[in-house]
Amino acid sequence: MRIPLAALIGLILTAIYFLAAIFAPLIAPYGVAEVVGQVWEPSSADYLLGTDNIGRDLLSRMIYGGRTTIFIATAATILSFTTGAILGFLATVLGGWWDQLMSRFVDLLMSIPTLIFALVVLSVMPVTVPVLILVMGFLDSTRVYRLARAVAVDINVMDYVEAARLRGEGNRWVIFREILPNALSPLVAEMGMRFIFMVLFVSTLSFLGLGVQPPGADWGGIVKENADGIVYGIGAALYPAVAIATLAISVNLVADWVLNRTTSLKGGRG
Amino acid sequence: MPTLVKLLAQRIALGLLLLFLVSILIFAGTNILPGDVAQSILGQSATPEALANLRKELGLNDPVVTRYFSWLGGALHGDLGTALTSRLDIATEIGRRLGNTLFLAFWAAVIAVPLAIFLGLLAVRYRDRWPDKVISAFTLASISVPEFLIGYLLMFFIGVKLRWFPSTAISYRPDADLFTRLESIALPVAVLTFVVLAHMMRMTRAAILNVMQSAYIETAELKGLRMFTIIWRHAFPNSIAPIVNVVMLNLAYLVVGVVVIEVVFVYPGMGQYLVDHVSKRDVPVVQACGLIFAAVYIGMNLIADVVSILANPRLRHPK
Amino acid sequence: MKDQLDYLKWRVGAGRLSRREFLGRASALGLSAFAANTMLADAVRAAGAQKGGTMIVGLQGGSSSDSLDPALATNQVALSAIRLWGESLVELAPDGSVEGKVAESFESSPDAKVWTFKIRSGIQFSNGKDVTAEDVVETMDRHSGEDTKSGALGIMRGISSVKAEGDTVIFELETPNADLPYLLADYHLIIQPGGGKDDPAAAIGTGPYIIKSAEMGVRIVAEKNPNYWGDLGNAETIEIVVINDNTARVAALQSGQVHMIDRVPPRTAGLVARAPGVNVYSTKGPGHYVFIAHCNTAPFDNNDVRLALKYGINRQEMVDKILFGYGSIGNDTPINASYPYFTEIEQREYDPDKAKFHFDKSGYDGSILLRTSDNSFPGAPDAAALYQQSLAAAGINMEIKREPNDGYWSEVWNVQPFCTSYWGGRPTQDQMYTTAYLSSADWNDTKFKNEQFDQLLIAARGELDDAKRKQMYADMGNILHNEGGLICPMFNDFIDATTDKIAGWEEGVAGYALMNSYAPLKMWVVA
Repeated sequence: MRIPLAALIGLILTAIYFLAAIFAPLIAPYGVAEVVGQVWEPSSADYLLGTDNIGRDLLSRMIYGGRTTIFIATAATILSFTTGAILGFLATVLGGWWDQLMSRFVDLLMSIPTLIFALVVLSVMPVTVPVLILVMGFLDSTRVYRLARAVAVDINVMDYVEAARLRGEGNRWVIFREILPNALSPLVAEMGMRFIFMVLFVSTLSFLGLGVQPPGADWGGIVKENADGIVYGIGAALYPAVAIATLAISVNLVADWVLNRTTSLKGGRG
Repeated sequence: MPTLVKLLAQRIALGLLLLFLVSILIFAGTNILPGDVAQSILGQSATPEALANLRKELGLNDPVVTRYFSWLGGALHGDLGTALTSRLDIATEIGRRLGNTLFLAFWAAVIAVPLAIFLGLLAVRYRDRWPDKVISAFTLASISVPEFLIGYLLMFFIGVKLRWFPSTAISYRPDADLFTRLESIALPVAVLTFVVLAHMMRMTRAAILNVMQSAYIETAELKGLRMFTIIWRHAFPNSIAPIVNVVMLNLAYLVVGVVVIEVVFVYPGMGQYLVDHVSKRDVPVVQACGLIFAAVYIGMNLIADVVSILANPRLRHPK
Repeated sequence: MKDQLDYLKWRVGAGRLSRREFLGRASALGLSAFAANTMLADAVRAAGAQKGGTMIVGLQGGSSSDSLDPALATNQVALSAIRLWGESLVELAPDGSVEGKVAESFESSPDAKVWTFKIRSGIQFSNGKDVTAEDVVETMDRHSGEDTKSGALGIMRGISSVKAEGDTVIFELETPNADLPYLLADYHLIIQPGGGKDDPAAAIGTGPYIIKSAEMGVRIVAEKNPNYWGDLGNAETIEIVVINDNTARVAALQSGQVHMIDRVPPRTAGLVARAPGVNVYSTKGPGHYVFIAHCNTAPFDNNDVRLALKYGINRQEMVDKILFGYGSIGNDTPINASYPYFTEIEQREYDPDKAKFHFDKSGYDGSILLRTSDNSFPGAPDAAALYQQSLAAAGINMEIKREPNDGYWSEVWNVQPFCTSYWGGRPTQDQMYTTAYLSSADWNDTKFKNEQFDQLLIAARGELDDAKRKQMYADMGNILHNEGGLICPMFNDFIDATTDKIAGWEEGVAGYALMNSYAPLKMWVVA
């Protein structure tokens, strides 16, 4: 199997980010909270990316920050995708009242403004990382559900699905053998997007006083801490932003490649 | 097509029922929010006497159910009550704010939606060649940078350095002439476009690619049609369902989710209004905003569902 | 050289030269910065205030849930709006004294228990009605009645009666208070017709401007009051725009959309000052950023723990990194040189060894939990992170918990035993101590209870001998410094900025933001 160059770059970058996240304490030159220099020092041999808004080593903070960001975003994305897609497909194949019930329930959840929803839910639950992932994944799965259902409904009325049903295949077969392979491309494209949204969402959570506790950090948080300087040519906020962007692009390059492979799997003209 | 009319009526009825359920949820939710209304209104500089007096005056002593129905009754007549904090009529205030929000969302959508679909089609046309890659990388990068950072960058480079457009929307007034209003929202519209473009463009590309393998596309190709015509006439209509869903999600986002942009560009929209009142625990306003946002979402989802059905002949005429 | 200076002065006065340009050229002529600054102020004043024009002011702090009712004012936007349309009996003058506004003059009985305020004759409210002593009495009543929500209620509590007598108003106090005029200068106590009881948010008062339109949390537009009794107010129209985002506020100033802003973030103030056409002003004041420990809750009930925390904080580092030098170090009392009876106490330095000594002595060996939030003061989570590091050097382990902005003042401040907070300060020691350090104070946010301190505080109020009074405040400062639950690392400067399209900034002794919020009135648009 030959991997195209773009996908290779994506894979390598993604791998580097994940490895850096896993081995953060071994790689980072300084501690995440350690104040080592003056405010916003330019990059030097001692501090490869310079220092942040209170004089901590930016590189070390980025490495530790990547850990939180990547872990929470990955876990929440996987959660939202499995729940959202499976329920969406299920609603389609079951059809009728089940479909109406589930779809309208999802509409209901989606129509409550996220801010109010998060405030209410998190006020009655303890704020820990697992709860955070659950809430984020759950809220997001409603969006995935809608897409999965919309795609699946189109597929469900195709002749080959009908054929499968006439053959006497059960719902499980229809979902996993007929709908899933045919719905994969939009879903994979969506997954790449959702991952980015999760990365950004982690940082907006600090607005609610949730998310990552200081002196810890996530990439979005580091952008925010250093954003003041950006307009005066102090680039400290750009590094984490670039990190998010490159991670996003590499994850999506990988997603595109998977998308290509799946379209050719369908046995078209490849 | 009586089935279609029936379908539509059914969906709208369901939407209304849904709105009713949401109103109960919102009412219940806002009533269990922690934090004290009085303390939040008076802030850090509140004396206990002042607090006690305000609490009494807000008179939150009636049973919840009674309050719910009197609120719902009022809302149906367009009377959303009075804000606890500012004592202003909520319906008037929201009317003004909602108008502003819709104005901003409308212009962002007018630019972003066609652009996203066009870029998506272009990406499919030149699939795996450089235009596709450039569009992909650009849109992905623009979506992964936090929106306030894009806002700050545009504000300083276009607003302060180049002075092409006003750096903030403070000169925006609902009664100004169209040109002034458009000029003052130029930068926020640009940022919003960046933010929603990638999602819609990528879904367009993926959904069209998904149907490009089908037999009818091959037929069209063998007929000798131009590639762009094939994509536009044959592939696009068949991939409309997921695209419409994502477009509606983003339109809803433009209406309810733009707090950050409103704050950064000082635009007097609904998001800022809601956040101000959530932090002051001004429950009637939060409920009213919640209801309107819910209506927007339900409406958008309804449109998405109906368009999906209309676009697919097999769904339009179920066997 | 003199000719050149005169020429420069003329150019500044005429608005053809910015303040920075003037200072730069004056120093090139060999003038010290101080002399140049003084000369500049003279030059600008000599040219005289120009009347007319529209001044646009971008301020932080407004919200769409605000009200124009002065009793409910809590933020800079509300205060600035009040300055436009209303006046108290007396107000704080730039030199720190009290000057008459609605009251023409005032005097006290020898024991400072009975105060008489004479109402300025012939002044009118903006609705055309004459101001009477009854209006004043009704206003005081609205702020002190049983059912008031006024932020000034705490002030009104020491007053036993307010009576109108002809054109004078007589205040009788429960205990002597030499500082009563300072208390009545409070911005909540705006004199309104009939006390504002009918329509508290009507914004009708005796101020130099009349509110034309107000969209709360967005903008307030005011026009000159043609019947104003005094000479305050230069611009024809003043427009207050709410800009809560720091970067947006600075950008609006730099691009000329507004003429004046408050709260320039200290971190970027130096960079903003370098931009062309922008002047940045920093003013020393009584505001301070604090870490507050409850003296009645373990482990903070042990004074050695509190001393360990006081020795374990690096004040200079906080001033450098949180205030970027726009401030001064604190000394664990809420009082600094901006108060009239200030006495210096020996500065407590960062000393990890002493911190460790006191911590070991206390017998407590657990960790300390500090709660903070972004809105407890600007940069609070960063300050907490710095504190954590400086304590770690003393072997003390501190954990930080970031709380939601939303609800911080009701759920954390004054509730949890150790958190970050801020104080805006008060015009007098008596008021500051009475508000937050008297045993019975509602806002005693360190739960500090000290009998000796309370006695001194009450005694000082009625003490008319300045030297004795000063000594009393010095003793109280020492008690707080050594035993209080207040850990005060820094006093923050107010940092405001204007474009060079407006002129007339004055440095005041009584430092508050925007010339005590008079800047929109006292400055003028350069034609």
